[in-house]
Amino acid sequence: MRKIVLIGNPNVGKSVVFTRLTGINVVVGNYPGKTVEYKRGHMKLGGETVEVFDAPGTYTLDPISDAEEVAVRMLSSADTVINVVDATNLERNLYLTLQLSERKIPMIIALNMWDDTKHRGIMIDLDKLRELLGVPVISTVAVTGEGIKELVGNIPRAISARNPARSRDERWTTIGSIIEQVQRVTHRHHTWRERLADASVKPITGGIIALVVLAMAFLVIRFIGESLIGYVLEPLFNSLWAPVLSKLSGLLGGSGLLHNIIIGKLIGGEVDFVQSFGLLSSGLYVPFAMVLPYVLSFYLVLGLLEDAGYLPRLAVLMDTLMHRLGLHGYAIIPTLLGLGCNVPAILATRILESKRERFIAATLISIAIPCAALQAMIFGLVGAHGGQYVVIVYGTLFAVWIILGIILRHVVRGFTPELLIEIPPYRLPLWRAVLQKLWMRAYGFLKEAVPIILGAVLIINVLYFVGIFDMFANFTAPVITNLLGLPKEAVTAVVIGFLRKDVALGMLAPLALSAKQLVVGSVVLAMFFPCIATFVILLRELGIVNMLKSAGIMISAALITGGLLNLIL
Amino acid sequence: MPDGKQVTLARMRAGQSGMVLRIEGGHGLVNRLNALGIIPSKRITKISSMLMRGPVTIEVNRAQIAVGLGMASKIIVELDEVPA
Repeated sequence: MRKIVLIGNPNVGKSVVFTRLTGINVVVGNYPGKTVEYKRGHMKLGGETVEVFDAPGTYTLDPISDAEEVAVRMLSSADTVINVVDATNLERNLYLTLQLSERKIPMIIALNMWDDTKHRGIMIDLDKLRELLGVPVISTVAVTGEGIKELVGNIPRAISARNPARSRDERWTTIGSIIEQVQRVTHRHHTWRERLADASVKPITGGIIALVVLAMAFLVIRFIGESLIGYVLEPLFNSLWAPVLSKLSGLLGGSGLLHNIIIGKLIGGEVDFVQSFGLLSSGLYVPFAMVLPYVLSFYLVLGLLEDAGYLPRLAVLMDTLMHRLGLHGYAIIPTLLGLGCNVPAILATRILESKRERFIAATLISIAIPCAALQAMIFGLVGAHGGQYVVIVYGTLFAVWIILGIILRHVVRGFTPELLIEIPPYRLPLWRAVLQKLWMRAYGFLKEAVPIILGAVLIINVLYFVGIFDMFANFTAPVITNLLGLPKEAVTAVVIGFLRKDVALGMLAPLALSAKQLVVGSVVLAMFFPCIATFVILLRELGIVNMLKSAGIMISAALITGGLLNLIL
Repeated sequence: MPDGKQVTLARMRAGQSGMVLRIEGGHGLVNRLNALGIIPSKRITKISSMLMRGPVTIEVNRAQIAVGLGMASKIIVELDEVPA
């Protein structure tokens, strides 16, 4: 199958062009040997189906980061290249274009953000640009779809300009002369979006904007999550699924191993979706009715913030704080991702350049950043005792994040490079692109989580039945009861935390813990050890030696923090 | 005075504009800045700097770029002449 690769600078709307070209059937893949994600889809071209790849954004073909290296490698297998160029920043974008034109791959240029040129007072002579570059140039506005048809129609006309290889200075000289001939810029006033953009990287206004944005994000996530649970999923489970389960429970005789595995233990003669712990009760209720709503609302808000272009500004604002933790501002992005799921978050630490930063960021994320699944359970179980307890859990984790970061900065050797990032202008997100991303992330969650949750529920029931947990609980009782003040049965939750943290916290539900014990339990579960999916990624990212170091830090930090909480509260 | 005052990007004030004269750094730094279009003879405007030695934000080619303070101290800029 013929391969078309989309390549361009970061933030030029490449992903939106990709969405326009490919529609719904998009696969997110991991580049072999690299933990860099890329998207692959299909489109019809004439009568033929061709593969379309969305390469990671890159400024040059002399890669600095892993992501850029992947972009360059994908290029070598391409039959045709679509170079997506930001028309409002032609000069810098042309550097990559010129490098591409020195390769022998047929190329076509999508001059995107074409509508923005008008209100930014930029005039570009398209015919002249085509002539000078020697390849087709199509103006596009990917967010509205303008020019996409023409772009597709012109793909067969893609050609290689076969320019001779040039030096860096020669390229900039050529670019200077091209810009001279094709572009006129007239002065115009700042738009409100640009004023807002400037305000959000200034210390005081930027801080206020950040607080407002984060508070709004939190409220919206809660509102959507709660509404989905309260008005959609709980009623669905209670009115449709509960009757089915109680019938089935009767058929299975109301007790016994098989009944416990499939339906779970009856609580007061009824199936309890949280506490029964059977495959068809808690096994389905936890992922679909407790966790999925928060996964959806979190990723919706995150996707909007990403596509609006807010996150790089947060990186600038957070840079000073993050340097105290041995990181730089950009590390805030994987950290935020971690509030959804630690797995993509640790993958995203790849955007950090030094090994030291990656170690610190990955360790801090897996210790102090609870994923959406765990947070949903914290809200559900701890929140039932009162909001102040949820605040204690979050406050503790935040303090751990800061204190441990400061310690790691002083202990871990190596260097942390400085921040150097482009801050894209604010843009209105395209709903279709946001929803496509949301769908891919939610589907990824279900595919990963549901089998593991069901497996965990099954294993727990079997282990209970054969009495292994009792043995284990007695063995570790001194630590659990004396240090953490939890009943010895809670150890099973800590063990199961290795499989799924949401399930593990759910296991604390039938133990009738006090609010204080739930707080300690939640914090220890969050910090103690990563879930299996995160563990695998950490192992791959850090290597065995650093993974062991990281795990040692996790276990000791969890026990110290849990012990302190038990003493203080 | 025919030439404008030379300062590092770190010491420029928000709102000031000037031309990049040279980058006093190694190959790595020059390459990274090159990728973002920050090269000698390029005009830049400083937009803001963060408190407590945080990064500075500049505008180059109508794009905004945040630069860590250490790097900003290695970028030498000739300030535009401001009529008195």
